[in-house]
Amino acid sequence: METLNIKEFLDKDEKKDLLRFLTAGSVDDGKSTLIGRLLFDSKKIYEDQLDALERDSKRMGNAGDHIDYALLTDGLKAEREQGITIDVAYRYFSTNNRKFIIGDTPGHEQYTRNMITGGSTANLAIILVDARTGVITQTCRHTYLVSLLGIKHVVLAVNKMDLMDFSEEVYNKIVADYKEFVSSLHIPDITCIPLSALEGDNVVEKSKRTPWYEGTCLLEFLETVPIDQDRNFDDFRYPVQYVLRPNLDFRGFSGKVASGIVRKGDTVMALPSGKTSKVKSIVTYEGELEYAFPPQCVTITLEDEIDISRGDMLVHPDNQPVQDRNFEAMLVWMDEEPMDITKQFFLKHTTNTTRARMEGIQYKVNVNTMEQLTLENGKLTPETLPMKLNEIGNVVFTTGKELFFDPYTKNKQTGAFILIDPITNNTSAVGMIIDRVDANQFGIVDSEELIVNLQDLGIAFSHYEAIEKVCEELRKNEIKIKLVK
Amino acid sequence: MDKKRLSHLQELEAESIHIIREVAAEFENPVMLYSIGKDSSVMVRLAEKAFAPGKVPFPLMHIDSMWKFREMVEFRDNYAKEFGWNLIVEYNRKAYEAGVGPFTHGSKVHTDLMKTQALLQALDKYKFDAAFGGARRDEEKSRAKERIFSFRDKFHQWDPKNQRPELWDTYNARVHKGESIRVFPISNWTELDVWQYIRLENIPIVPLYYAKERPIVNMDGSLIMVDDDRMPEELSSKVEMMMVRFRTLGCYPLTGAVESEADTIEKIVEEMMTTTKSERTTRVIDFDQEASMEQKKREGYF
Repeated sequence: METLNIKEFLDKDEKKDLLRFLTAGSVDDGKSTLIGRLLFDSKKIYEDQLDALERDSKRMGNAGDHIDYALLTDGLKAEREQGITIDVAYRYFSTNNRKFIIGDTPGHEQYTRNMITGGSTANLAIILVDARTGVITQTCRHTYLVSLLGIKHVVLAVNKMDLMDFSEEVYNKIVADYKEFVSSLHIPDITCIPLSALEGDNVVEKSKRTPWYEGTCLLEFLETVPIDQDRNFDDFRYPVQYVLRPNLDFRGFSGKVASGIVRKGDTVMALPSGKTSKVKSIVTYEGELEYAFPPQCVTITLEDEIDISRGDMLVHPDNQPVQDRNFEAMLVWMDEEPMDITKQFFLKHTTNTTRARMEGIQYKVNVNTMEQLTLENGKLTPETLPMKLNEIGNVVFTTGKELFFDPYTKNKQTGAFILIDPITNNTSAVGMIIDRVDANQFGIVDSEELIVNLQDLGIAFSHYEAIEKVCEELRKNEIKIKLVK
Repeated sequence: MDKKRLSHLQELEAESIHIIREVAAEFENPVMLYSIGKDSSVMVRLAEKAFAPGKVPFPLMHIDSMWKFREMVEFRDNYAKEFGWNLIVEYNRKAYEAGVGPFTHGSKVHTDLMKTQALLQALDKYKFDAAFGGARRDEEKSRAKERIFSFRDKFHQWDPKNQRPELWDTYNARVHKGESIRVFPISNWTELDVWQYIRLENIPIVPLYYAKERPIVNMDGSLIMVDDDRMPEELSSKVEMMMVRFRTLGCYPLTGAVESEADTIEKIVEEMMTTTKSERTTRVIDFDQEASMEQKKREGYF
């Protein structure tokens, strides 16, 4: 610091990129200790926080003579009393090369919900295992959830190596077990690191006690893992978020580039109308851009006046998303209240909210074994079929209006959705779309379509036009009416 | 090849703009709460950016405790005028007329009546269904766990154990009548990010952030600036001129200054990088009781 002029420091610091990561482990794997160590050793913990920490450690610390780093990250009163982490806590630190956001999530079985929450925006996941116990059920569960969320980089942190005399053999066995388990999960980048969070080995500096380990320490890996190419730059998707109309001469469509790249002059198609136009300008507060890429937030103006509103999507005509009302998705149930399969929910997908109905549960997943549970294989009964808190299943949906989506594995931004209970307004479940399904195959019928026979009702022909207009309006509100004239 | 990488500040900026637009699109009657501090100044600029070249489609509201630094009030009025904001200023009239203040009633009663209650009264008065706040998760432990869209019941209360899951950038904006959402668009910014952004974007801030000779009274270790004649004479008689600046801004009798020579943003950042105290230590209200911020938040304070 003293050698670097503050202006130079700031100029350099402003250009750092951002890595978001999730930490997962079971109760005593030393997760909070690891985070505390990263924060502490990167000099982010201020002196007064340390003072309070030493005081609290004496009173309720669980780390013996060591500073209890967990007390730094366990924010809420109840947690400090019970000594467990009950919700996702976000932590921030930076090094000379990168800025970091940590989502610290608990490892308890009943808290799958929190891990899913903390991991949804993560570039990377650190999964902790205790060197004494190796790969256990929780390790598999955490890894499965990470793969479900589509996190591309995983670090298996084999912790508490100090308690196993930094044995290469122990480490190799754990790595081999893990690699065998993980091979079916399609995680592109997996790195294993032996460490001791409590004593600091291989956390921010390479440890002399693991001479057999050839990789980098954890922090160096976090600082250098390439994440630039993790976003989807191929398929342009632009969910319109807000129509900006400050005056009669300007009509812009504000939004975030969900994926792909858009350039000035590109021909774009608006969904659902299918109308096309050319990009006239890409406007920001700083001025116009030649092109925009994810996750930039911009405002697009078009050459032609076409009717576009929130929830519509701009795409390239030669690269369109799936447009359908029927699809299957992996669903994670997040609500204390179990699923009522007959209930209609609100489904929010990109900037679109629509009513949604569940057509059926194809299978549930045992998160510990990844086994599929179905009615057919006798692992589920009609009573155990509806999903409960923290359960994961494959569910078929029908939505009130057509959605524009991609499979989640191909495009997180346009493959993710949340399900909102219309009565409690709670976020009851979250979903990752697999693909469209054939409505006929699932026997999906539009039972709600109301058929109105105008002749039977004895309505005069002169009123037909007015009735047609009213029905148009109702259809916009997802009430389906078929007129028979 | 085209550049397709954002710096952390650009990424945070994009995240915030997305959040602000989402609120404008999903709620009927949002408001942006404005504390006049540096975090608010950044949030306000992000809102201006979100709707450029148009105007921001919601008002700015300041809850005046009537004990703010005079320079803050002046700055507020000038900023709103210069940047064309619709500014609402509200205060707890009854408590003010009853003479409530930190010197006479203590910090706890003053904060509850002039800040928390004043805010709740104002939210009820205008029936706002969403209120932006400039809080950051790195400020304080209980804030580290709060959602970006933070649900409040009819009584504006926060229930930390019963928060809605929040995933990706898909925010649940649904509320029933009378309920509301507090929205924190700069949740993921750190104090350093805020300063860097102010520097990079030339965002105006209240001059109290910069070091200057100011009239100071040492009150039990807190360096309190004499801002008007409401300070009791036994205190104001002990005034001395000191070179100080403020790391946070609030009610002048409750906001301690720090001795400093930092009169530019670069110097402020340099000081911050080498300092050994986190910013909230200059706020008197946090020390009132254990876990006091969590308690205040449950009751409806930001």
